[in-house]
Amino acid sequence: MNDADFLLWVRGPGMIIAVAVFVFGVLVRFLEMWLLGKNVDLAEPKGAAFGAGVRTMFTRSAPCGEEMCDGGFVLFSSWAFHIAFVLIFLFLAPHILFLKSILGFGWPALPKALMTILAIIGIISMVALLVHRFFHAVRNFLGKTVDYVAWTATFLPLLTGYLAAHSPLFGYSMSLALHILSFEIFIVLIPFTKLMHMFTVWVARYINGAAFGRKGVAV
Amino acid sequence: MTTSLAQGVNALVDVIDRPIAAFFNSCVHCGFCAEACLFYTETGDPRYTPIYKVEPLRKVWKQHFTVWGKFLHALGLSKPLTIEELREWEPLVYDACTLCGRCSAVCPLGNDVTYMIRKLREGMVAAGVAPEGLKGAAYRSLTIGSPMKITLQTLKATMRDAEQQTGLTIPLDKEGAELMLILSSNEIGLYPEILPAIARIFDKAGVSWTLCSTAFEATNAGIQIGSSDVARTLVQRIVDGAEKLKVKTVISPECGHAYTALRWDGPNLIGRPFPFKVLHITEFLDQLRAAGKLKTSGHESERMTYHDPCQIARRGGVVDAPRNLIDMIADNYVEMEETGIANWCCGGGGGVSSIERADPLRRKVFSKKKSQLDAIKVTTVVTACANCRHMIEEGIEDNKMNVKVVSLTEMLAQHV
Repeated sequence: MNDADFLLWVRGPGMIIAVAVFVFGVLVRFLEMWLLGKNVDLAEPKGAAFGAGVRTMFTRSAPCGEEMCDGGFVLFSSWAFHIAFVLIFLFLAPHILFLKSILGFGWPALPKALMTILAIIGIISMVALLVHRFFHAVRNFLGKTVDYVAWTATFLPLLTGYLAAHSPLFGYSMSLALHILSFEIFIVLIPFTKLMHMFTVWVARYINGAAFGRKGVAV
Repeated sequence: MTTSLAQGVNALVDVIDRPIAAFFNSCVHCGFCAEACLFYTETGDPRYTPIYKVEPLRKVWKQHFTVWGKFLHALGLSKPLTIEELREWEPLVYDACTLCGRCSAVCPLGNDVTYMIRKLREGMVAAGVAPEGLKGAAYRSLTIGSPMKITLQTLKATMRDAEQQTGLTIPLDKEGAELMLILSSNEIGLYPEILPAIARIFDKAGVSWTLCSTAFEATNAGIQIGSSDVARTLVQRIVDGAEKLKVKTVISPECGHAYTALRWDGPNLIGRPFPFKVLHITEFLDQLRAAGKLKTSGHESERMTYHDPCQIARRGGVVDAPRNLIDMIADNYVEMEETGIANWCCGGGGGVSSIERADPLRRKVFSKKKSQLDAIKVTTVVTACANCRHMIEEGIEDNKMNVKVVSLTEMLAQHV
């Protein structure tokens, strides 16, 4: 298989397999969570659960208000790479073309220079977070193999994408193919790793906020 | 699998629900919860990271409720939970967690770790892996009626003392009274001055109230040890007493977990809403204030602060009421830096104060409260939980601090 064949494979059968595993896997993970159910709370509420739950879905992105903890570097770096990852995925012109081929519609792209800056921010912040994890007592202690697998799976699309766009080490076709492959690995691993949090975090935050909200507590 | 382990695992399987699955699915091991836990901040030991404390629960969830976990288990790539693991985690789950809820309020992913620890305790206690101090408290609650062996005779003696001090009649089993007051063991056994204080306030405000001879104990050791069966029995006693006397409201006393047990867990434990309201004593007193029925005279000039009991404030939503009351009589009030729903625990909630083995750790982590109090240079700490009061008094004594701890209700009673 030469570079062109490999590119064709990752764009074709590889992508179909990856998307199928991703969709089926996420569906299974969501169902196995959802079907567990939740008891109805019979205690008389003191506040509105729904509004508090929805509020917490967003406010918990900045959890260290109310003098509760020192977010600092980790919070800032986490925002940086999450925002960079999402913006690049959604607003880089070639990505929009790819998504248009699936969805049937597209949207305006953001300037390539901005995408480059975001990619560099994403790469630097992810490396910084990894180094920090190695040296932080709690984060190093908590870290498991799957955490590092998830980090790698997230980092590679950023890195390979940047390289494909700016300095294709293995020729453009192979660099692009490796980038697409890294993305496929990323989405395949979502249902099997903590990357699943991209979906379940909204459920968890809602449940948390609603539970506090019923008691009249805004967190 | 041993019988006790099987019972523990079965109990865990029973309590695992959608919230727990959502929380485990979401955790990215960011470690923010550690910074919210005084057992970590005051020791620096990463084993006290809240999410680490629920590792046995995570293991059962993964192996029993995820396809991937079942697959790995079938291939022998993941080991089942062992009784040794539960024993290893016992000090983390009981000695080093006051169920204060601070981690739950901080987690960026939204994980209610306190909810998970409460559920994990269900499995621990079913497996017989729980501290002797809490087992004893639960046993005495079921057999004698109180974790501190407070009997009806003890209560009656306290009532007599209160009547002699106040010249008032302390009502017992008065059917049709508006309110039924319950008291914690600490308040009857350790701080009996609370009853005359309440009697004075209620008398001045013209409140129709009663104690109940079959439902006077508010402390719920079942919530602390993590046994819903025990907790349900203890809540049912109060519900039966309140229904027998046909009261409209039950007043939960100055006790954090008593409030959580009755107000928030109670209806869920017995499987139906209560036909009466449950109010914390400070909530009720604040209602009297708002209605103009609570008149005070004179002021406290000492520099004072209020320690929020975790179960009353962060886990209970009662933050403004005590401050409204203090504002009536305090001239020199100051807040701690982290206060209200952001408060730091006294270190002895969640049953920790009943675990003898945990004493050195509990006394060590008091350093958080000490640093908070030192920073604002107060001479008086007001609180609304007898257990917090006891823990802070011990901490003050240990650290030779020049601070006294007073009950909010008692302080208020001196001004009515």
